[in-house]
Amino acid sequence: MALLSKNKRPDIITENGIEYTSKVMLDLQDLKKVYPTPKGDYVVLEHLNLQIMKEEFVTIIGHSGCGKTTMLSMIAGLNPISDGRISVLSNPIKGPGPDRGVIFQSPSLMPWLTTLENVMLGVRQVFPQAKKKQREDICKYYLSKVGLEGSFYKKASELSQGMQQRVGIARAFAIKPKVLLLDEPFGMLDSLTRGELQDVLIEIWNKEKITAVMITHDVDEAIFLADRVVMMTSGPRAKIGDILDIEFKRPRSRKAIIEHNDYYKYRKHLIDFLEH
Amino acid sequence: MSDKLIKIVRFIGLGFLEPIIRLSRGEETKKNLTEILKKIVAPLASTLLFILLWQSGATALYNTEAEYRIEKAFKDQGQKAADEMTACIESGEVNCQPNTLPSPSQVKASFNSLLKDHKTISADKKAFKEKTADLNKKRIAEGKDPIVYTGRPSFVDQIITSIKTVFAGFLLAIFIAVPIGVVIGLSETLRSSINWLIQIFKPVSPVVWLLLVFMIVKTLTKDSDADSSFIISFISVGLCSMWATLVNTVMGVSTVDKDILNVAKVLKLGPFQKVFKVILPSSLPLIFTGLRITLSVAWMVLIAIELLAQSPGLGSFVWEEFQNGANDSNSKIIVAMFVIGIIGFLLDRIMLTIQKFVSFNKNEGA
Repeated sequence: MALLSKNKRPDIITENGIEYTSKVMLDLQDLKKVYPTPKGDYVVLEHLNLQIMKEEFVTIIGHSGCGKTTMLSMIAGLNPISDGRISVLSNPIKGPGPDRGVIFQSPSLMPWLTTLENVMLGVRQVFPQAKKKQREDICKYYLSKVGLEGSFYKKASELSQGMQQRVGIARAFAIKPKVLLLDEPFGMLDSLTRGELQDVLIEIWNKEKITAVMITHDVDEAIFLADRVVMMTSGPRAKIGDILDIEFKRPRSRKAIIEHNDYYKYRKHLIDFLEH
Repeated sequence: MSDKLIKIVRFIGLGFLEPIIRLSRGEETKKNLTEILKKIVAPLASTLLFILLWQSGATALYNTEAEYRIEKAFKDQGQKAADEMTACIESGEVNCQPNTLPSPSQVKASFNSLLKDHKTISADKKAFKEKTADLNKKRIAEGKDPIVYTGRPSFVDQIITSIKTVFAGFLLAIFIAVPIGVVIGLSETLRSSINWLIQIFKPVSPVVWLLLVFMIVKTLTKDSDADSSFIISFISVGLCSMWATLVNTVMGVSTVDKDILNVAKVLKLGPFQKVFKVILPSSLPLIFTGLRITLSVAWMVLIAIELLAQSPGLGSFVWEEFQNGANDSNSKIIVAMFVIGIIGFLLDRIMLTIQKFVSFNKNEGA
């Protein structure tokens, strides 16, 4: 808990109302999720409070089954809230919407569409008044950013898993969401591909600075990508156990971070929490 | 160039030609020779074996039947009649031939005679058309119905009628089963409320469908002089065969990948877009599997339905020949059997090719 009190962010709770709302992008208040079962209610999450600032990258780490994914799908609006409030820029969310882009664990592309058409599906929805050429340029720009210049017209089913997830990243950024939600997006990839995709993700994120919430199992991934790592306690009745600020400067290079002294301090902190 | 040829050959299901193409290019002689042995020589050998078995079986049945006739003649009328019967059978006289399973050569002869018959009839038809062309023009100008050819249809005409009927039925099945399947698949409430109906009607025999359709169509077409036997048979075919498509469409629509549906939700696609851009394309492979089953079922029940409904086509051809009991009727029935089988096989091949085409996962389907 020591690091939590050391939090230098001037904008949490103690600030006055105006500043508070102007900097908070995503606000979870007293969030609760209950699944009714024949043996009585099963409380997955309870009293969960979290404020995520504009242009902040937050990773959430915790044991399997602690309700991380439930929390994320509640933010996405795909899973109804039992109690509490989720708001984006102080507007409570109502169901899913393109202001919260999601990158799912499986790439979930439409296999019958080309990569370009997959990205286009969302872009057409978000920019209905744009000309076809403009929309196509947006799609092509983001596909190139994730390293798929040569594969615009390939069918999604022809791509490898890693390539497909790149399309998933492009699709999420291309609709210019306010918040980006990532549900263990690299969990199904081998470690080499995972490293590559982390670089792809962070490079495009450095440009766009879209507020991001990412769930991960991987301690190194959590540290490398995040401004803050949120640790969740094990369920049932999971809540936030600890928050760790990662103070490496951006843009970060993997090599420099691994060689940094603080890296092992952070890593130890996270592992201590998870093994606790 | 020939790589493309091989791809095409594979795609339309003529994969057995591949080793010949490869061999003609001088590729891996030994491997391709064994492939030819496996894919071409072996099937040919089994066909030959089949014909041999058929021939010997037909001969055995022929002998049994002949012996029985001679014995019967002997018992009823004595030695002289038996000798006469033996002589008659040996001479190949038409009216004392044993009536049994025809041999392959007889079937081939019947096939040729059917083709000849077709040529005669179509020549006849052409002549009739030319003869009546002027008269018909006049009749149309006077507002009368033209005179049409009403002669006996040939075997080929029957085949064409059957194929027309099956396609009409198949189209009907598509237009009923796919939209209903999509609607039911989308709503769980509808699914559970209609499921029992589907489960009950699915196993109903074609005969019963035919009778049901007959009841309805007979009343509806009372005043019109439309060809009601065609209407009855194609509607019955459609109703019998649509269930596979219906069930598969429902399944395809209701089991769209949840992640893909979530993507549609996040992008806030409208209901129309969701159905046409996400749900339908993703259930297309399953729908086509259903359509393939539907077409083969349609072809199978068509024969039975034509047979019962007395509507023209292969089914009634078979039935008429059976009732006819002429000397070559049996071999004509066997000809019809092979034609039915081969057309059914070709229809299935066509559907399989289309199915491969729409399936986005190229490894699926077989």
